Amino acid sequence: MSPFAATIVLVARPVVAAVLFLNLLPVLIWLERKGSAYMQDRVGPNRAYVPGLGLRMGGLVHSLADVLKLATKRELLPAHVNRRFYLMAPFFALFSALLAYAVVPFADDLRLPSGAVVALRGIDLDLGILWVLAAGSISVFAIVLAGWASNNKYALLGGLRATAQMVSYEVALVLAISGAVLAFGTVDLAAIVRSQGDLLLGFVPKWGIVLQPFGFLLVAATALAETNRAPFDLPEGESEIVGFHVEYSGFKFAMFYMAEYMHIATQAAVLVTVFLGGWQIPWMTTETLVSSAPWIVPAGLAASAAAFALVGAACLRYHARNRTRWRDSRRREGAVLSVVLGFLPAAACALLFFAVPGDAPAAGPVFAAVAQSTAFLVKTLLVAWIFIWIRWTLPRFRYDQLMTLGWRALLPLAILNLFATAAVALLVG
Amino acid sequence: MMATTEAGPRPRTGVTPVSRRRRTLSERIYVVEVARGLAITIRHLLRNLFGRSAIGTSRFPETAPRFPPRFRSRHRLLKKEDGTPRCTACMCCATACPAGCIYIEAAETPDPTVEKYPKTFDIDALVCIYCGFCVEACPCDAIRMDTGLFPPAGLERAEFVDDKDTLLARTGPKEPAAGEPGGVAPLSGPWLKKC
Repeated sequence: MSPFAATIVLVARPVVAAVLFLNLLPVLIWLERKGSAYMQDRVGPNRAYVPGLGLRMGGLVHSLADVLKLATKRELLPAHVNRRFYLMAPFFALFSALLAYAVVPFADDLRLPSGAVVALRGIDLDLGILWVLAAGSISVFAIVLAGWASNNKYALLGGLRATAQMVSYEVALVLAISGAVLAFGTVDLAAIVRSQGDLLLGFVPKWGIVLQPFGFLLVAATALAETNRAPFDLPEGESEIVGFHVEYSGFKFAMFYMAEYMHIATQAAVLVTVFLGGWQIPWMTTETLVSSAPWIVPAGLAASAAAFALVGAACLRYHARNRTRWRDSRRREGAVLSVVLGFLPAAACALLFFAVPGDAPAAGPVFAAVAQSTAFLVKTLLVAWIFIWIRWTLPRFRYDQLMTLGWRALLPLAILNLFATAAVALLVG
Repeated sequence: MMATTEAGPRPRTGVTPVSRRRRTLSERIYVVEVARGLAITIRHLLRNLFGRSAIGTSRFPETAPRFPPRFRSRHRLLKKEDGTPRCTACMCCATACPAGCIYIEAAETPDPTVEKYPKTFDIDALVCIYCGFCVEACPCDAIRMDTGLFPPAGLERAEFVDDKDTLLARTGPKEPAAGEPGGVAPLSGPWLKKC
């Protein structure tokens, strides 16, 4: 690879990784709102729409409306805060949430026919889990900083609760994830994911959850605590105990809000990478994907073209039913959706079907990368959905219960798991 | 941890010791109970998405709200058979009104059989408390609260004041025949000629 191309790849990789994950944000917010609504027998957001186009997309536009509203809100700087740290804290929150993504691989290395190898992750670091844990511990600084700089007793107490919680659960998290590190024998996430492509007994994918079922439960519980969400949302405690961001409003609040969802995506991505096979598609190695590209790429493109056309037709049917219901631009929604979600992608797929021969030299690796990153995103979304699902099911822990669970249940269990794994690793060799 | 047994007679402190059931092992390790809770929430979600939805939300501006049959809505004035208002400007409703939202100005009529009629009849919907006393007070059944309307949002206070023509133009629900449930007894009797 020429130095110029290498530089471009070096810059493009973190951007692609960040965009990939940032795009999950509105989806997660939408899942949270709509999912919680249906769980509580409500309708959820469904009113905001794009003027002129009438796009509502089942409430997905609400995230956009929220961001617009918070961004155009008056920037309020309370007189009693410590200005520098008060303004720094939201950036810290978002930054630390974004940081962990950088080392998570979202597909196998892209081996181009020219011989160039592009690692599909933000930064090609073999620090892996250590980096993720380090980035996770930075996030608590943002919360403490916000609590302290707000110069407000409630905010400070919220920040202190967050510190105590994060410190308690990080210990258990590190010990629980160490079991997986022992089982895989490396901290490099790319190597961990690659080794999860193997099969146990010839048919079970060697995913981390199979090797470390107990470790998975422990890490899932502590990861939930790391995201500061119910049942571990004591730092925030929006309904009864005032949280660390009580003095924040407008876009500064939005940044904390976004950071929360980024943390969900991060923790979900790490869980998927370590325990659920990362980008691995079960029983399909990268070689299988690359070698089956000549027939699967045209077949897949044709199938997706047909599927998108069907989506377009369904949107048109919705349009026919919905057209008379609204007297404003919303009556156009079905027609717009049928084009945007249905016919345009269908046309793009059809175009690619004729333009890209399946046996083109680059088709195989690119197809493998696309399929694997899709698998990774689907798994991440599923795990993130489980986080959301848990939030709307469980009540919040009392503070002493939280500490008891962390120190007297999760920590000993994590140590036990670590020792058991070490013993097995020693015996098996 | 709460005591599970009580020793001796209850102390007379006004405190009632409550014996709590000790949590079972499966409750204490959370996992099973969490799974049960998750099953409940996902059941609601799936039922509302695919099955018979339990969502009671009404899509208000598009779908008319459903009110019980005797819901007290905005007022209307009834007419005599010749189309003139039934109201005789007797001021009973304005007197009965606890909020003071009815403003009537009486005037002489050219008809010698009718004593007076309302020259203006204004009801301020922002002041009205929808108690229905005006309907009860009216001796001529000239005012009713059965239009099924309620005040919409508005930008000016004046938009909420109904004048006589507005009130007369409103219609009620389809009248049930006399004797049917909800039916009003036919207006009769010599006194009614005056109304």
